[in-house]
Amino acid sequence: MSTEKTYIELYQQFSHAIQKPCAPLLNAPRDAAMDAFIRMGFPSSSLEDYMYTDLSSAFAVDYGLNINRLSIPASPNDVFRCDVPGITSWVYFVVNDSFYIAPHQPALPEGVIVCGLNEAAEKYPDLLKKYYNQLAPNGEVATVAFNTAFAQDGFFMYVPKSVTLAKPIQLVDIMRSDVDFMANSRNLIIIEEGAKAQFLECAHTADGVQFLSNRVTEVFVGENATFDYYSLENTHNKTTNIASLYLRQATSSNVLVNEIVLHNGLTRNDVKIDLQGEYCQTMLCGMAIGDKAEHIDNATLLIHAKPHCQSRELYKYVLDDSSVGAFSGKILVAKDAQKTEAMLTNRNLCVTPTAKMKTKPQLEIYADDVKCSHGATIGQLDETALFYMRTRGLSEADAKLLLMYAFMADVIDNIRIDVLQERIRNLVEKRFRGELSKCTGCVVCK
Amino acid sequence: MLTIKNLHASINGKEILRGIDLTVNAGEVHAIMGPNGSGKSTLSAVLTGNPLFTVTQGEVFFNGKNLLEMKPEDRSREGIFLSFQYPVEIPGVSMANFMRTAINAHRAYKGLEPISASDFLKLMREKKELVELDSKLASRSVNEGFSGGEKKRNEIFQMAMLEPKLSILDETDSGLDIDALRIVAEGVNKLKRDDNACVVITHYQRLLDYIKPDIVHVLYKGKIVRTAGAELALELEERGYEWIKQQVDEE
Ligand SMILES: Nc1ncnc2c1ncn2[C@@H]1O[C@H](COP(=O)(O)OP(=O)(O)OP(=O)(O)O)[C@@H](O)[C@H]1O
Ligand SMILES: [Mg+2]
Repeated sequence: MSTEKTYIELYQQFSHAIQKPCAPLLNAPRDAAMDAFIRMGFPSSSLEDYMYTDLSSAFAVDYGLNINRLSIPASPNDVFRCDVPGITSWVYFVVNDSFYIAPHQPALPEGVIVCGLNEAAEKYPDLLKKYYNQLAPNGEVATVAFNTAFAQDGFFMYVPKSVTLAKPIQLVDIMRSDVDFMANSRNLIIIEEGAKAQFLECAHTADGVQFLSNRVTEVFVGENATFDYYSLENTHNKTTNIASLYLRQATSSNVLVNEIVLHNGLTRNDVKIDLQGEYCQTMLCGMAIGDKAEHIDNATLLIHAKPHCQSRELYKYVLDDSSVGAFSGKILVAKDAQKTEAMLTNRNLCVTPTAKMKTKPQLEIYADDVKCSHGATIGQLDETALFYMRTRGLSEADAKLLLMYAFMADVIDNIRIDVLQERIRNLVEKRFRGELSKCTGCVVCK
Repeated sequence: MLTIKNLHASINGKEILRGIDLTVNAGEVHAIMGPNGSGKSTLSAVLTGNPLFTVTQGEVFFNGKNLLEMKPEDRSREGIFLSFQYPVEIPGVSMANFMRTAINAHRAYKGLEPISASDFLKLMREKKELVELDSKLASRSVNEGFSGGEKKRNEIFQMAMLEPKLSILDETDSGLDIDALRIVAEGVNKLKRDDNACVVITHYQRLLDYIKPDIVHVLYKGKIVRTAGAELALELEERGYEWIKQQVDEE
């Protein structure tokens, strides 16, 4: 417990400093969350849910935290060039855990709110009271409890009833520090009844130090609402990125989640989607491209609580060098959830014999009138196809590139923003070509 | 153009080619016939550098260069083309992307700039017409869900795109209906020039009615056991292989 002890003492000693800049609504759940964390400790690989990824060692680094909220020297625009420029009219930054608005933004449609989480907690206490910390499983997931205890700011977005956002909202998360550094930022997104919004979150690292980002995002999607959530990670090899997404869908809502890990160090993405209304549609997908010693673990849980919902889940990995991939996907169909249709697929390519993939798809079904399937494959590149392509003059490298790229095509097809789809296509191709073997603007990766 | 001397090749330690000698000159059309399992496809696989097979003896020269030392892609760039007996499906890779990458690899090998988008489209259109390939097929993934005949036609389309010096057609006629056979054969004939050559592997005279061979070989048990003019194919059509097998097995 020595790693935990450091943080527990930090929390106790600086409790006042943590709370001081924050709205009461953010402070209210801290102590209980810390108690839960003390009970659990950091998750090690002895826990079933963390079998493939030991997060406790990732926290053992002596990270700095910016509890006193010193301002960061450099504006996000200066340190950062975005991978997906020009796709949105609304761009926001969270640097470590501090919220910034990019300059020259057009006005948001009436009633739509985008601001820092702490500011939201001050200005819109009714909304926050209703939604903040309502989905985060503090009692079950130690990193989430840890986040709730330490979170001081982050991103807030509210799209009121029946409002459609004509363009996506983009949030650029940047880790920026001169010393090894940890941030626990927190996002809250509320999409009300009949509203439509698309959201893109990119994660980046701006300095060559060790980073740990432990982010929790809660999303509420109202009745008949449509919401797209895209996440794109392009961080350096010395980053630990823990991103936990908790999303609840109300009746007849339509949600797409697409999580793309292009470049990283150690990543653990948790996604839990709770279908709490009938006739929901859910597409959950993700891709991971690993090389060197990169490690990507996606753990997903999709809960069909009500009847007549349809979900499709598709995760794909291409692993090169000695990279490690892990996927555990569970679909739970409750007793009441008759007429559920759920399909879970995980396909993986290990390009080298040293790359490792572990996969565990699971169905847990308590209803009897359902259509559910799951499948996982781990394979190598098709040698017959490679040879065929080479007989047409393609170099082995080009042939591999086309095959790896083709393998990822259906995940990319599941991007419902045309320009973003084109851009991701391009980034993925570059990544496979080796032109993105470093994250953009990187100084760390070799 | 192509000189094969005493070529032996094996797969998993099993010897399939057992001393092949064959010379193909520019301008010639050779037919290779022979019973199932005699090694015809193996020969074409070895010539194109299929890593599944190991050459244990012999040598192959192509326009003066040692072919066996070359990677499969370089053999292609030097001008060797194989129309596969069983073309491979590649889901997710579009024909256009595949062909553009291939053409540009050939061009880079010759020190040329990549082909422009408009020139590429023009080339595709021209060659599609040559083999009367349905435009829809060209916009799909490579061979994915193509019928047997469509796959074969697509092979000749690729041949037309790459303009090889030596084309090896491994049972390109199998799976083709009568009209398709004529179209494909006419396509091959249109691509025929004095400075290129063609090796046609087939079981049937009907393809050779269209593509007239100068020389016909019979491959049996990994060796070329008979070589003669076009009349040999007609004789085989009539009499089958038994008489040759008997003669050879007695020898
Ligand atoms: N991958 C392989 N593993 C083991 N044996 C093989 C393999 N490929 C071919 N062979 C064997 O090599 C021999 C020659 O096969 P090949 O395909 O070259 O014959 P072919 O003359 O083309 O026959 P066909 O007229 O039926 O196409 C056969 O006995 C076959 O079983
Ligand atoms: Mg054959």
